Amino acid sequence: MVQIVVYALLAVAIIIPVLVGVAYLTYAERRVLAAMQMRKGPNVVGPFGLLQPIADGVKLLGKETIIPAGADMVLFIGAPILTFFLALSAWAVIPFDAKLVLADINVGILYLFAISSLGVYGIIIAGWASNSKYSFLGSLRSAAQMVSYEVSIGLVMITVLLCVGSLNLGKIIEAQREGWFVFRLFAPDGWAVGVPLLFPMAVVFFISALAETNRHPFDLPEGESELVGGFNTEYSSMSFALFFLGEYANMILLSAMTSILFLGGWLPPHDSVAFVPGFIWFALKIAAVLFVFLWVRAALPRYRYDQLMRIGWKFFLPVSLVWVVVVAAWQLFLMGPPA
Amino acid sequence: MLSDIAVQYLPILVFLAVALGVALAASGLSFVLAKQKPDPEKVSAYECGFEAFSDARRRFDVRFYLVAILFIIFDLEVAFLFPWSVSLFEGGVAAFWSVMIFLGVLTIGFIYEWKKGALEWE
Repeated sequence: MVQIVVYALLAVAIIIPVLVGVAYLTYAERRVLAAMQMRKGPNVVGPFGLLQPIADGVKLLGKETIIPAGADMVLFIGAPILTFFLALSAWAVIPFDAKLVLADINVGILYLFAISSLGVYGIIIAGWASNSKYSFLGSLRSAAQMVSYEVSIGLVMITVLLCVGSLNLGKIIEAQREGWFVFRLFAPDGWAVGVPLLFPMAVVFFISALAETNRHPFDLPEGESELVGGFNTEYSSMSFALFFLGEYANMILLSAMTSILFLGGWLPPHDSVAFVPGFIWFALKIAAVLFVFLWVRAALPRYRYDQLMRIGWKFFLPVSLVWVVVVAAWQLFLMGPPA
Repeated sequence: MLSDIAVQYLPILVFLAVALGVALAASGLSFVLAKQKPDPEKVSAYECGFEAFSDARRRFDVRFYLVAILFIIFDLEVAFLFPWSVSLFEGGVAAFWSVMIFLGVLTIGFIYEWKKGALEWE
């Protein structure tokens, strides 16, 4: 019983920083985009506008929840709750530091993969329950896009696992002590130079992460000019806020996954800076990946839907499938078992 | 007494309960705090100012369905590859080639899909 209370407090200790991170990610997004467009961005509420996300949250909390006449009420209210719940659930297994993890299960990456796959449900339920054409089309597009890129995300994970030999997230990070997988040169015995075997997979993973979270340049589900707001057209008040928070929590989660799989998680970049605690390095890496998320939004125009599906199925899937074979053969016939 | 596996997964279960609680509380709170005052215009489905002239749950493009089927096949394949990927060296050359045959069969299906135009969106 005591144990359960301790776990619950630890869970709160993880969820609150995640929610604060989400709130300030929305602020960071507005500030970064503003800076990239030579504007100021939110700077009125509080010093440097730092209280803006709180003001936004309070405003949304005080708004009326409009439930459309034709909507299925239970599903309509349940969908954002599900999305938000799933976006938080994944954090149970994320290792923040060498020993700093709530549940150190030996199938951590499988848990993450499973939870992130469930995210589609919230969106498709929302689109169906709203009974609005924009929501329906938006959710169909969104679901098709998310499942398409999930396949390549799964295959990229396989390539990393082939180099690690464990599904445990801590061990995946530990395996990168000699070099982060994004830049690691895989040199078989007797070779003078190595090959950056996983670098292309890191690129595929990051682009798939953009598509998986429905972010620019793949934000077609809510392409404002054609589908109003996509699957959340009919949502208002806290239900809308939960979708919004869920989307940003997923962005942070996928950045965390990128850090764990390719950027060495909580490992310091060099032994000379090892005195800085691991969770700070982890946070910095997440922030760096998130910055690229925002940068991409400012720099690239939106894709067309057929182009999006073509990259997913005709480029990323074959490439990552071939790469699984290449990495497996490389590890087995040239490198030998991982330490 | 709980088994070892249950002990390992207990924190996750507690975490899920807390996360669900937070989500429910956030959603519930807005119903408590905000005044609900629906009227027929407010609750009609958004359709750029028109009266909604048909039910939104209608026929949709079959290609979405095809994508879903393809997804099931390839996601299952990924699920099969997970155990193989962590035991590559225990399985050795025999495991490697049997998975290659499995992937080969899948690739033939994939090429067929491609040639049939199931992956075309125009």
